[in-house]
Amino acid sequence: MPTWLDREVEKAVVRLLLNGEEVEFLAPVHKTLLEVLREDLGLTGTKHGCELGECGTCTVLIDGRPQLSCLVLPLQVEGRPVTTIEGMAAGASDHPLQAAFAELGAAQCGYCTPGMLLVAKSLLEANPRPSRAEIQEALAGNLCRCTGYAKILEAVELAASRMVAT
Amino acid sequence: MTVPDRTGSVGRSYPRLDGSAKVRGQAVYADDIALPRMLHCKILRAQAPHARILSIDASAARRLPGVVAIITGRDLPIRFGILPVSQDEAALEEHKVRYVGDPVAAVAAVDEETAAAACEAIEVEYELLTPVMTIEEALKEATDEPIQESFSRRRDNIHRLVSYEFGDLEAGFAAADHVREDVFFFQGNTHLPMEQHSAIASHVDGRLTLWSSTQVVHYVHRALSRVLELPMNRIRVIGAVHGGGFGGKTDPFAHEIVVGKLAMLTGRPVKCTLTREEVFYAHRGRHPTLLWYRTGVTRDGRITAMHLRTALDGGAYGSYGAASVFYTGTLQTVTYDIPAYKFEGVRVYTNKAPCGPKRGHGTPQGRFGIELHLEKIAHELGLDPVEVKRRNFVKPFSRTVNWLRVTSCGLEECTAKVLEASGYAQRERRTGHGMGFAISAYMSGAGTAIYWNDMPHSEVQVKVDRTGATVYCGAMDIGQGSDMVLAQIAAEELGIEPRDVRLVTADTDLTPVDLGSYSSRVTFMAGNAALEAARKMRALLVEAVADRMGVADLEEIDVGGGRIGEFSFEEACVIATTRFGALSTTGSYKPPRIGGPFKGSGVGPSPAYSYSAAVVDVEADPRTGIVTVGKVWIAHDIGRSINPLLVVGQVEGGVYMGLGEALMEEQEYRKGLHKWPSMLEYKSPTFLDTPPIETFLVETIDPEGPYGAKEAGQGPLLPVIPAVNAAVFDALGVWVDETPITPEKVLRALDAKAKGKPPRHGPRSFPAVPYGEPIRVDPPARDDLRVGAELEAAFGQTPGAH
Amino acid sequence: MLRLPRLRYLRPASAQEAATVAEDLGTRAMLVAGGTDLFPNLKRRQFDPEILIQVPSLPGIVKEAGGFSLGATVTLAQAAADPGLQVFLPGFAEAAGLVSSPPLRNAGTLGGNLCVDTRCNYYNQSHEWRKSIGFCLKKDGEICLVAPGSPRCWAVSSSDTAPVALVLGATVELTGPEGSRMIPASALYRDDGMEYLAKEPYEVLSAIQLPAEPGVRTAYVKLRRRGSIDFPIAGAAVALKLDGDIVVSCRIALSAVASHPLEVPGAGEFLAGKRLDQEAITAAAELAAKPAKPLDNTDLTHFWRKKMVRVVVEQALAAAAARSA
Repeated sequence: MPTWLDREVEKAVVRLLLNGEEVEFLAPVHKTLLEVLREDLGLTGTKHGCELGECGTCTVLIDGRPQLSCLVLPLQVEGRPVTTIEGMAAGASDHPLQAAFAELGAAQCGYCTPGMLLVAKSLLEANPRPSRAEIQEALAGNLCRCTGYAKILEAVELAASRMVAT
Repeated sequence: MTVPDRTGSVGRSYPRLDGSAKVRGQAVYADDIALPRMLHCKILRAQAPHARILSIDASAARRLPGVVAIITGRDLPIRFGILPVSQDEAALEEHKVRYVGDPVAAVAAVDEETAAAACEAIEVEYELLTPVMTIEEALKEATDEPIQESFSRRRDNIHRLVSYEFGDLEAGFAAADHVREDVFFFQGNTHLPMEQHSAIASHVDGRLTLWSSTQVVHYVHRALSRVLELPMNRIRVIGAVHGGGFGGKTDPFAHEIVVGKLAMLTGRPVKCTLTREEVFYAHRGRHPTLLWYRTGVTRDGRITAMHLRTALDGGAYGSYGAASVFYTGTLQTVTYDIPAYKFEGVRVYTNKAPCGPKRGHGTPQGRFGIELHLEKIAHELGLDPVEVKRRNFVKPFSRTVNWLRVTSCGLEECTAKVLEASGYAQRERRTGHGMGFAISAYMSGAGTAIYWNDMPHSEVQVKVDRTGATVYCGAMDIGQGSDMVLAQIAAEELGIEPRDVRLVTADTDLTPVDLGSYSSRVTFMAGNAALEAARKMRALLVEAVADRMGVADLEEIDVGGGRIGEFSFEEACVIATTRFGALSTTGSYKPPRIGGPFKGSGVGPSPAYSYSAAVVDVEADPRTGIVTVGKVWIAHDIGRSINPLLVVGQVEGGVYMGLGEALMEEQEYRKGLHKWPSMLEYKSPTFLDTPPIETFLVETIDPEGPYGAKEAGQGPLLPVIPAVNAAVFDALGVWVDETPITPEKVLRALDAKAKGKPPRHGPRSFPAVPYGEPIRVDPPARDDLRVGAELEAAFGQTPGAH
Repeated sequence: MLRLPRLRYLRPASAQEAATVAEDLGTRAMLVAGGTDLFPNLKRRQFDPEILIQVPSLPGIVKEAGGFSLGATVTLAQAAADPGLQVFLPGFAEAAGLVSSPPLRNAGTLGGNLCVDTRCNYYNQSHEWRKSIGFCLKKDGEICLVAPGSPRCWAVSSSDTAPVALVLGATVELTGPEGSRMIPASALYRDDGMEYLAKEPYEVLSAIQLPAEPGVRTAYVKLRRRGSIDFPIAGAAVALKLDGDIVVSCRIALSAVASHPLEVPGAGEFLAGKRLDQEAITAAAELAAKPAKPLDNTDLTHFWRKKMVRVVVEQALAAAAARSA
């Protein structure tokens, strides 16, 4: 019998600045941000591929920087801005990265897409004109099995050029 | 048949239909589904590679608060399997386990944590049996008992033996100026879809609904019906948005059956999502395969005879394996003209996760071997390998020695494209730099159904009413974009935009049967069915419009640009509904009989083959053995590119996956266990490990493909792997005759070369296999393109098998 | 989904308070900073604490006379991108920037990387996998599965920053309930896969002081299968001081070839006073590689990794020499 099962579940009220909105929830403290987003807050746009920090699929932005939501406790990021894929578009209009990914076929099965998009968003905010090498480096922690990354690279470049132009 | 240039949607790039949902996080994958009162299921898996189950004690687990139900093999005794000849799996094993990861018991609990704890609390008592972990061990008599003890009278662990001789092998070898033998090993690897398998079941009103991450709703439907003993009309299987398959979600799986059973037992919805480690156990990936080639050639490199032996490590269950073993040998002939061909294959059971179909299904192994084998022959003869391969290319519209029918074939064009673009002939020649060339072919759908029947492989309905057009098809879009292809075909015929076509796919209640997304069949087969249904609908619309316009000649009614005749499409729908009542048309596709007059001829035939050629540029460091791919040029004969954006996406993805297999992906076992069932240690190339890929699409307009289209999902993976090895030889003068090319293997080959031994690293011998007497088959007339009844009528006149 | 075990989570206000709580709770608790090493291990039940104690946010990167002071909760991404470190101690910034993957480096901390659990592919596996193979010495088992005859655990030190800290002569600050103490980074490690840290379990590694001696050139070369994500399978850190092309002093340390970051003083000393030409580099690399003992418990074969130690040392020496002083 697993020893941890006898332990009481400690719960905590956590406040997050999630996709620009203040949210407050009560959750067991040992649930990761990934689990809370998907299971308690209904934000299933954040996907998971390993839950061990090895694939990048569950990436969200914390303080605007990519982090693996499978390796973060909500209490560790309390009060800080968290952006998930659901918070990337401005209302009905897609973020230029989202538009470019859809347009160029950078999402095939689409499962790695939310993580890829958020990392790319963070990259373009810090570096509006990234080189190909910088794009590859920034996205190197996010595995994709469908695209061979080619269309993803093109989509980030396309979005960057459009964002710089406007 | 000439196909006019299309002015509609066919041939144009459209992004996938659900592109927006996917980039906005709105696409609902199976694990995203949560139903009220849903229970969570975890599966207890075997912790021994080969053992008898003496007892299962779940009493402590049942007492845990939050545990709602626990089932074992006793609750699901009916065995199943994807092929009728291999009904060797159980959803939960009752008496015996065959690999670490084999499902033994399942728990439904209020949350996943409780379910996992309950699994840990289940006591299973095992009597250990000797594990069989290699092909060589499996060929010997079993120490205690065979792995599939009741499925064979054999005492060894041989699952399948095949042996064929097409044409006069002896005469072929006698005509050769030169004969060469080579042995290769293709390591096992896995699909590694980013999405872990997930299924959720709900049992309401005596009907079971299952949402699953599957490539084939129909096969899951069949397996559920069989094992749960429910008529198919009580079961609905819905393909949830799919997070990647590559062949890995083409079998029915234990967890799909288990959640169905638990939903029926508990009256509550039940979900099971595999962990990444469990995905490695569910597997069905590439078979580790040994290959032995013996080929006779003339002085100028023309093949006179070829003898191929393969041995596949199948893992613990049959899966698609009875077909996989054929695929290692059958498709060699659709690229190279082989006048006499002997093929012997064996698949063995081992105590590992079952192998099955991964992108290319059985053919990457054979392709790897034949491409490298021909390279070596050419070098030995002092000929240019590219030239030798070219001399042996099959002719378009011909029949192979093993009765496969080749129709459109763009091998020459593909070859010319990649040679030119890569500057292969003028490549920089220095130690450490090299280029490699290889070609391949793949099926546009298997010519024979998985389970024997004479029904169509694809059925499509098109419905038109006052609200517009809807296409219904059982095919599953697994990310390749097949939904858009179907929409484009319907739109093309109806003269509207693809986005104006509603598409309902992969739902067994709503859509007619399609055999699903595997074997590169959807565009070709479902596409042809959609084409037929849409053309019938178009005819009805045109007839009604012509009638309304008072035009007698239907040819005068133009269809296109959202208009039919002088009416908008919407108006035409109203006119046609008014004229005919409810409007629904159907289309279906069944490939013609293509295979020859011999048992086993059903594996290999396809209504059309795609062709690819690739050049790979590498840097190979002689000091470290590290191989870095600089660029890949690939040309793919797609027949016709219905949607170039999607086709190029498939080609690039295939190249990527091929590079992973060539350079780093491998499934290794140690002490009876998968050595590294994780995303960290199973090496999938990252962005930084993936070179630029330049893709060329070659259009040969196949006479039987929809608008001339052929497949793109699998073929482009195939040439990449041998091209990498050939490039390494070009760079360093050594052969790595196995996959993946790890740096150490390169160094070992260099070391052998330095010591004056054959400059290679790889297997040295091929085991003795009791293949038995071959089925001898006389070759067809090589220009005989007859199919179906005409072909069958001809069987009487042809000697055939004897 | 793999999940954490049930835990309580404490957030002390200071490192000292964290150490005090950790001492009180003993083996029931573990310290956590970024969590990128600990959480996967907890999900695989390699540890079974009831309580996690958060290491509170500590001061950032401060340029001081003679070097840098870095709070242990500085993230690997911050260290990699720090302009001061990039200029004065590029080898250290490089090492931090080569740890795992970009998103992981935004959470993973310097302290965490210096204390990263030793790794072994018999150990970094799920509870079910380890149960199937019969558990290993490092967790729940009786024998080391890599070297069954050996009385010790051979898990591998897999820190990228630790060897650089060693060659720089870094000092680490350990905060206990009574206050803090400074020890050389080299004294932080033990050559033991299980007890690999020579500190009290409750002590918080709270800061690291990196001397930045004028004229010292640093480099770190990491070998791994892929361009990202992977732990090192061999690595070499070099701190080199040159007078023209004559070596004044040189320190070399290796990662991923032993249970501790392995300094190879003989190789560095050999170079002192010599012209740093290819011949000297080759000879030094040869010496450096000798004590490396890779075993069959990480990626790729240990025969090959052993060969590659020489290569990464040569590359690191060449990279350091090519740097401006």
